[in-house]
Amino acid sequence: MSAPVVARRRPRVGADVVAVLVAGVVAFPLYWMLLSALKPTTELMSGDALPYTLHPTLDAFARVLSVENVGRYLLNSVLVAAVAVPGAMICAFFAAVALTRYRFRLRTTLLVTVLVAQMVPVEALTIPLFFLFRSFGAVVPELGLNHLGSLMLVHIAFSTPFAIWMLRGFVAAVPEEVEEAARLDGASGPRFVRSILFPLVAPGLVAVSIFGFISTWNDFLYPRTFIISAQENQTLPLAILNFFKPDQNDWGAIMAGSVIMTLPVLVFFVFVQRHLVSGLAGAVKG
Amino acid sequence: MTATHAALPAAGGATLPAAGGAPRPPRPLLSRRGRGTTTWARRWEPRFYLVPAVVVLGGLLAYPLYQLVVVSLYDYRQANVSGSAPLRFIGLQNYARLLGDEAFWTVLGNTVVFAGACVVATLAVGGALALLATRLRPWSRTVLFLASLGAWATPAMTGSAVWLFLFDPTLGFVNQTLTAIGLDGFAGHSWTYDKWSAFALVGAEIVWCSFPFVMVTLYAGIIGVPTEIQEAARLDGASTWRIALSIVAPILRPVLAIVTIQSIIWDFKVFTQIYVMTGGGGIAGQNLVLNVYSYQQAFAASQYGLGSAVGVITTLLLMVVTLAYLRALRRQGEEL
Repeated sequence: MSAPVVARRRPRVGADVVAVLVAGVVAFPLYWMLLSALKPTTELMSGDALPYTLHPTLDAFARVLSVENVGRYLLNSVLVAAVAVPGAMICAFFAAVALTRYRFRLRTTLLVTVLVAQMVPVEALTIPLFFLFRSFGAVVPELGLNHLGSLMLVHIAFSTPFAIWMLRGFVAAVPEEVEEAARLDGASGPRFVRSILFPLVAPGLVAVSIFGFISTWNDFLYPRTFIISAQENQTLPLAILNFFKPDQNDWGAIMAGSVIMTLPVLVFFVFVQRHLVSGLAGAVKG
Repeated sequence: MTATHAALPAAGGATLPAAGGAPRPPRPLLSRRGRGTTTWARRWEPRFYLVPAVVVLGGLLAYPLYQLVVVSLYDYRQANVSGSAPLRFIGLQNYARLLGDEAFWTVLGNTVVFAGACVVATLAVGGALALLATRLRPWSRTVLFLASLGAWATPAMTGSAVWLFLFDPTLGFVNQTLTAIGLDGFAGHSWTYDKWSAFALVGAEIVWCSFPFVMVTLYAGIIGVPTEIQEAARLDGASTWRIALSIVAPILRPVLAIVTIQSIIWDFKVFTQIYVMTGGGGIAGQNLVLNVYSYQQAFAASQYGLGSAVGVITTLLLMVVTLAYLRALRRQGEEL
């Protein structure tokens, strides 16, 4: 494909230089995060902010993992994501199958509902959800406030609408002929969905689940609201917030915790990167 | 890009339509063939598949949304929560109180100005870099996109932390550098003390982590403009400028509408960055925006009814924007 006219101008060295400078500025906070996590405390607390260190050390990481118990919070964050993401994917997969491969009354209405549900500002729902999970907790403590179960449940709900919306494309892409062949071979509807559709859509599920993972992993508001007193059930963002102390912030610890929290997202982002662009390009072509 | 929905992230990219273009439902097979025994199953199958999603979304999105409205109509405080005082239905009094409260209007004004400035800055930076990206050699484009991907992927919490550190009064890179080049006034200067300086700092972090979405989307849009039309226009003697204005811009308009509205939605409901970077809403609440205000009313001041009313107002304002978003999607030919 040849480049369009707006992009046709011969690339100039100047543009490349500007791009590299901009990339440097954009990447700088991340570099600074990593650098500060590796700097010895004395260097970090000294008067001058050198953009490099000659004595990299893992002290800050050791400190947050042993003293501050970050390992525990990391595990909590992983646990919440490990339940919420597959949970949301199961709900979304079956809903996407129903909404794309069948025609029934209310189908369009439901699709619009999914789209609207995706737009609901979940930040506004903290108050009712707080009370809802307070009641849940009275019956099943594990699903109530101060427990990870509450976070798992809300994130299943929060990730599902977007996942349905994304999965429609993947489910619809499986050709009708495949379904027809399966049926001629005697496969029932559920059998077709389980043994043929599911494996075919699996790559799509992986891509979509990464989005669910990111929003669950990054969430700060709900753990902040739900985990009130149970220190041991906090997740990573809350742990990092707790490192902030009036006057004497342990910046080394904050940056080390931030690196631990940022790395998984960064890795996953590289995986979905292709979907980010191709999905959008598809949308642009309409 | 925040929680979520951060979203994409949400997180990431909250409403990117799926890869592979607009899906089209295949014709139902069995109803055409009319095999008696299986039609019943065929009719009930989709409903069965919908059960988990409907239960989860009904219970944890629709019902709380309804409850949000209900709570906003009550005088609901700590005493009512613990059950030592009876619940009192007060109709729209919470709303009346808000609308008559100067503090609420200040918060609303803050939110609109702050979100508006973030949207404009994000679009300007993202748009400019998308244009720049079209004139780059592949290697420098890769460098630019990789750096942007890093910013995009950074969680709101850790992004806020590192930006706070960069702008720390004494130990921050920015103040130390400014002091080193002779601007002694910045020694120990607090960037979060002044209201608008604090907003600007939070805004900078938000632009940093949200411009990549705009850049990537617009870049894909520009690349997607069919070359043939442009060739034809060029043969007809149109100048590059004319082609950009009369052909590329109109084709890009729906994409522009989508990134604009998406940015409005994200920036309007920012929570984490404000909460973390200004310590829960700034000195004397000077940096409160609607979401943080609602949270503080409910969970710090135990005014759950009032907090819910703020939540309802936020939701309504966002719904208006969302309707505009749906129209833009529709115009773009997204099929349901």
